Amino acid sequence: MKRNSSQKGLIARILRLVLRQKGLIAASLLFSLGYVVLTLAVPVLTGNAIDRMIGAGQVDFAQIGKVLLQILLCVGAAALLQWGMNAVNNRISFAAVRDLRRAVFDHVTRLELRVLDAHPTGELLSRIVTDAEQLSDGLNMTLSQLFPGVVTLIASLVFMLTISPAITAVVFVLTPLSLLLARFVASRTFKMFSRQSEVRGQLTAYTNEMLSGLYTVKAFDREQQTAARFDEINRELEGVSLRATFFSSLTNPTTRFMYAVIYAVVAVIGCFSAVAGGITVGGLSAFLSYTNQYTKPFNEITAVITELQNAFASAARIFDLLDTPAIQEPTAQLPEARGAVEFENVAFSYHPEKPLLRDIDLKIQPGQRIAIVGPTGCGKTTLINLLMRFYDVDNGVIRVDGTDIRTVSRESLRRSFGMVLQDTWLRSGTIRENIAYGKPDATEQEIVAAAKAAHAHSFIRRLPDGYDTVLGEDGGSLSQGQKQLLCIARVMLCLPPILLLDEATSSIDAMTELRIQKAFDEMMRSRTSFVVAHRLSTIRNADVILVMQDGRIVEQGNHDTLLAQNGLYRELYQSQFATQEEL
Amino acid sequence: MKRLLRYLRQSLIQTILAPLFKMLEAVFELFVPLVVADMIDNSHLGTQYLLTRGGLLLALGVIGLASAVTAQYFAARAAARTGTLMRSDLFRHCTALSYTQMDQTGISTLIQRMTGDINQVQTGVNMFLRLFLRSPFVVAGAMVMAFTVNAKAALIFVAVIAVLFAVVGLLTKLTMPLYKHNQSRLDAVLRAGREHLTGVRVVRAFAREEEERHSFAQKGEVLFAGQRKAGHLSALLGPLTYVIINLATVAVLQVGAVQIDTGILTMGEVIALVNYMSQILIELVKFSNLIITLSRGMASLSRVNDIFALEPPQTAGQSASTASCDAPAVELRNVSFSYHGEGKEALRDVSFSLGRGQTLGVIGATGSGKTTLIQLIPAFYPASSGQVLIDGIRAEEWDSTALHQKIGIVPQKAQLFSGSIRSNLLWGDETADDAALWQALETAQAADFVHRKDGGLDHELEADGANLSGGQKQRLCIARALVRNPEILILDDAACALDYATDAKLRKALKGCTQQTAVILVSQRIATVRGADQILLLEDGEVAGLGTHEQLLQNNEAYRELCVLQLGEEALG
Repeated sequence: MKRNSSQKGLIARILRLVLRQKGLIAASLLFSLGYVVLTLAVPVLTGNAIDRMIGAGQVDFAQIGKVLLQILLCVGAAALLQWGMNAVNNRISFAAVRDLRRAVFDHVTRLELRVLDAHPTGELLSRIVTDAEQLSDGLNMTLSQLFPGVVTLIASLVFMLTISPAITAVVFVLTPLSLLLARFVASRTFKMFSRQSEVRGQLTAYTNEMLSGLYTVKAFDREQQTAARFDEINRELEGVSLRATFFSSLTNPTTRFMYAVIYAVVAVIGCFSAVAGGITVGGLSAFLSYTNQYTKPFNEITAVITELQNAFASAARIFDLLDTPAIQEPTAQLPEARGAVEFENVAFSYHPEKPLLRDIDLKIQPGQRIAIVGPTGCGKTTLINLLMRFYDVDNGVIRVDGTDIRTVSRESLRRSFGMVLQDTWLRSGTIRENIAYGKPDATEQEIVAAAKAAHAHSFIRRLPDGYDTVLGEDGGSLSQGQKQLLCIARVMLCLPPILLLDEATSSIDAMTELRIQKAFDEMMRSRTSFVVAHRLSTIRNADVILVMQDGRIVEQGNHDTLLAQNGLYRELYQSQFATQEEL
Repeated sequence: MKRLLRYLRQSLIQTILAPLFKMLEAVFELFVPLVVADMIDNSHLGTQYLLTRGGLLLALGVIGLASAVTAQYFAARAAARTGTLMRSDLFRHCTALSYTQMDQTGISTLIQRMTGDINQVQTGVNMFLRLFLRSPFVVAGAMVMAFTVNAKAALIFVAVIAVLFAVVGLLTKLTMPLYKHNQSRLDAVLRAGREHLTGVRVVRAFAREEEERHSFAQKGEVLFAGQRKAGHLSALLGPLTYVIINLATVAVLQVGAVQIDTGILTMGEVIALVNYMSQILIELVKFSNLIITLSRGMASLSRVNDIFALEPPQTAGQSASTASCDAPAVELRNVSFSYHGEGKEALRDVSFSLGRGQTLGVIGATGSGKTTLIQLIPAFYPASSGQVLIDGIRAEEWDSTALHQKIGIVPQKAQLFSGSIRSNLLWGDETADDAALWQALETAQAADFVHRKDGGLDHELEADGANLSGGQKQRLCIARALVRNPEILILDDAACALDYATDAKLRKALKGCTQQTAVILVSQRIATVRGADQILLLEDGEVAGLGTHEQLLQNNEAYRELCVLQLGEEALG
């Protein structure tokens, strides 16, 4: 019941979306109406022509010439209208998918990261790309087949009635039979198709998992077992797919058969009627071609309805995403920050049942360098998520320069931060564009200076196109370390007052890191910086070292005071210097 | 294409019978207009005659249905079989590819080939078997039938069929490249979307959402323009064929009128001719749809064949051997290696020897050849020159299963599979009991967190171990390798997600339980390798130093620099 009402709401919503192009829709309907009626008029005219050629010496050439001219006019006009209809329909559905995609993407850029992180990338992508496409296909089919189909159905009935009401009645009686048959096939097909896509999904998931883990599969000699399991699913798919294909391919023969039956009945009755003078031979010829026209839309309508089911499911997924509330942005701006950061009684968790951060209290002066250390999973990266307002605190307040960061726009807040993450994301585009990502109007000198500061200049120059080298998706063929250098250059160009470095040098080889460290030191001077790192050299020079464990700051101080405390920091520190005897 | 034919040969009977039955159906269909013409012209012969003719029409319908259903079944059978065989082969082919080839092609591409493309091929085969003979046959048949009715009128059929083929051919030729183009534009939209989602933190950190929206909208606009262009062109197909067929109908009527007037043709025969004309139209629409499906299928087939064309690396070794002597567990003698047999060498002239119970630390920057080095030991790749000896026997000469049995490898990227923790650990050794599994977990510092999971060993992991943290995954991978009780244990930067404290505990535990095992530790951390019996420093694929920590510290400048950087000046004492 609920599904039914939500289905109705869904259709209403899709209609609203479509009706934005009222003029085009009206044109499409008008064109298809004209096209169908003209197409249907042709058999009548053909029949008329045939009626004027009864036998040897009984051919009325003058009249036939007239009728043939009429046929040509009708055909020409019908063809023009059909072309117009096709063109308009294409426009409507392509524009609809474009607008929808854009709306979904825009909405995604305004969603909380909490929402985005909760969905796998592939799933969001398939909503943006595949589901939108599916909806547009459904729309196109509705306009180009469903509506003309229905019109054809009704108009052929009308035409048939004008030729012979009696035979029409017979056809009308036979119709439900063919509908029932089509329905039976369609419902079977639908079931088989859902089963098929289910098994296909299993196969895709399995393939994905095993190919991603291929190295391990090889190392443990599991190729045979892996392929055996694949074949198992594959065999299941073969059976399911055989049935789905077979059942779906029954639609045409069965309706063709129904058509043959109706055709036979009409032919027999028509001939009787012609003998009795109830119908002319030309009329019978027209009638026979109508029975053909009349049964054809059933096929199409059934196909469209299946397609529409898919389109509705896609629409539901898209609307579901669009209905997720977007971020509400305060209009207040954070002025250029000096770099004072304060955590007051902050608590946070990704999942309410698993508290992560608790009782975080922290006061940082402008220009201080803060290192965050602790075991894996203790919440280091989460601190950065909160500072950038990728996530909001559950409890407590974070202040920058005394301003609660929730009271200013995220954009202005983030302009005060420069961030380098372990995950090196680059945009597809040239190296120059990537370095200037945070400051698109940067001059050539600024870009080169930033690249030099990040020690990226020398490898960039060695690339065939230098700064104009186009990077493919995810940095293309650059090594992990080179990508990280570009990420650093990207921040070097903006030089915001607060820096967040989360394992920023993890993929850079030791020699380069040594050099880059100097550049970092330079950059961090007079800037507030938060550094998450494993390497001690990075940590030791920090003004404040925060030692985190289980979501709390358990120790706080500089290197020397912390070592003296004989606590977790000392343990971590010593493990790095574990001597031969300890091993 | 050859490959496809080979698959089709597997279901030879269905492949041959499907089109034949389809043709049979067409034959019966072609008789219908003749019967109807006969009925119209002889309707004066009475009820009995008309009813038997009506019965004949019905019988034609039933036989047509029966042969169509048979044909559809055979076609579906052959297509499903072909798809299944192709998928199975492609999967095996993929598992044989080298890591470099996988990286170059990309997993998502492989999956697309495996699923979407093969499905497309399957549909293509199905449609081909069903329609490719039928449509031309109906068209040709209608023409032949027209000749049996009247040769002069039939000439119109010949002309119209020629014109139709020309028009359909031309339009397909014009639209195909446009469709291809649009596919790449759609890919661009997809890429833009994916790129945004994977980099969403950076985009937001730099407050570039507006530009992202703009650039995405622009890609959508480009796609829209392309789709409209292709759409307008393909929108011509229906109206054009309609006009051509009807012009021909008018011509038939004109000729028919003359022929009737001279008494050569009857009314019924003219109607039959008109009916044949409309059969051609219907078949033509199907045929042009078939062409679209087929060309999609062909494109997919060639994409699949591109993957088949990737030559998997020569996997070494067939001759079995279990001989063991006093030779070192692992020995490399002047080994060089390059991935594609030519081009830049990833390893150059590497030699070392590692005995049982000894530990070798391998250290070097990213891209220095560490992972390549360890991949030679289980003979994932054969050395280009020099020798890789395992127990004194060349790695290539080992039976690969016997060789892999000796080796426990923990890859850089922790890879687990959906299933229970137990089923994952059993990859190491199918016969291991729970006690052995727990012992391995204990050593790998994983026992604690496994205990805490619901169900312990039976805790279900999601695909790729997604419900575990990076460190937990790594520890399970280490445990999996230990379950095997390997003679050679290789850890490829396997502890990089662990913090130093856990890493140290792990190394201590490993030391305790690997008295007879040759251990290779690959790392970027000095702390991880400093306790090893030998340390191999790799730089750009070449050995830059080999010795103990102390030796290297004394006489190797590069190693020393690395230590200063990671441990600090004073730690070197």
